[in-house]
Amino acid sequence: MSLMEQVNRRALALGVPLSVHLDVTYRCNERCEHCYLEHDGKDELTTEEIRSFLRQFAEAGTFFLTISGGEPLLRRDCFEIIEYARELKFNLKLKTNAVLVREKEARRMREAGVEQVQVSVYSHKAEIHDVITKLPGSLKRTLEGIRLMRAAGLKVTLANVLMRSNAGDYAGVQELAAETGAHYTLDPTITPMLNGDSSILGMRAPSEELRTVFRDERLVGDVGEFCAPPASIDDDVREGIPCSAGHTSCYVSPLGEVYPCVQFPLVCGNLRRQSFAEIWAESVELRIVRGIRAKHLSTCSSCAHLGTCTRCPGLAFMEGNMRGPSSADCEKSFVRTGVVTAGMMAMDGFSVRGTGRMELVQIQM
Amino acid sequence: MKECYVARSRSVAARELGEEMVIMSAADSTLFNLNPVATMIWKAADGRTPLTRIVEEKICPEFDVELGEALQDAEQFVKELAGHGILLLADFPIVETNAGSDKKP
Repeated sequence: MSLMEQVNRRALALGVPLSVHLDVTYRCNERCEHCYLEHDGKDELTTEEIRSFLRQFAEAGTFFLTISGGEPLLRRDCFEIIEYARELKFNLKLKTNAVLVREKEARRMREAGVEQVQVSVYSHKAEIHDVITKLPGSLKRTLEGIRLMRAAGLKVTLANVLMRSNAGDYAGVQELAAETGAHYTLDPTITPMLNGDSSILGMRAPSEELRTVFRDERLVGDVGEFCAPPASIDDDVREGIPCSAGHTSCYVSPLGEVYPCVQFPLVCGNLRRQSFAEIWAESVELRIVRGIRAKHLSTCSSCAHLGTCTRCPGLAFMEGNMRGPSSADCEKSFVRTGVVTAGMMAMDGFSVRGTGRMELVQIQM
Repeated sequence: MKECYVARSRSVAARELGEEMVIMSAADSTLFNLNPVATMIWKAADGRTPLTRIVEEKICPEFDVELGEALQDAEQFVKELAGHGILLLADFPIVETNAGSDKKP
């Protein structure tokens, strides 16, 4: 077991919120077509509120803090927040589009001790990236910001959301990462908007693109291992928790609302009305989330993929049942292994085209 | 033998998890997990208190160990952490700006 796994296990045993994702604003200078947020700055947390919440996270034992948005650098007090978080000894990750990062900002992040910066890059081609962000010139500015942060000595990760409109470009973004000395991560997850609007799900990358990605050894390492049929399921799997959301991690919105995860829009309390310790210990919603074990999942508990699926309880919640399957993850498990999932079989109108293990799936929703 | 002074680096992330301390170096993202003895030394490393006194006053009574043996282990521990840049080590009191006490939440 790695040291990180040991730390996570200890946090789980102690009931410590080891990781907090804090969105300091929903305002943004980009308007990404797949974004799940509405970019409203109304009732945003004040500097003093955020400082108070950071102290509460530290007291509760939070070690990993992600500051994100919206675009966090749109807040005039963003560096005050970053520097205060570092005074409180958080391991700090910043998510930004880097459009506003110049030499001064990069240096200040480094001096504050930001451990890593994650930047979304959708394509190596401006005509694709800028159309997705709806901000002309954004790729150029973003890459300039990335280079300045790298020059300042910051660890940078390029996060490449894979969708229909940029499906063929991930190799180009990987090359950009290599060229700038950044890390690279690819995410094929598009989530419904937090207001429930699921129209953006049509932007998800098609199955054939997922299949290509899952068989690219530069992304997944050992393809045979990654795409292997699911292993047998034992009691450890059945007694396991679906993910860390609400157990050792949570999300806090720019309005002070606490959720199990940024992808799990179940309000568990509001820091403007209750302390973080009180919400973490006493929220009925968090208790419900924490009570769910793999064996309790309504359809997935009987699925061959139970032990290996990346099932997101937040996406399942947005589909109507936090104990149910997440269709996007069913699709990923199937495309990866060729083995049909219990969630797919339970859907009305389910059909698999063709006869081979790696054929496409059509899901009627 | 010269006195040895130790101070926590300000460039790290650190949090106490139960009786143990989790530390990550911002320089190279190395993760450390300190056991309860090491955690006690880490917390007492204010740059002003000699390591001998930390071991004598904090470690020996708490963990019921001989001073000589405990000091030997402590010296090895602080050298290792200093090698990773998460502790500062000197034979004089440390007052520089990159060292100091953890800010209390």
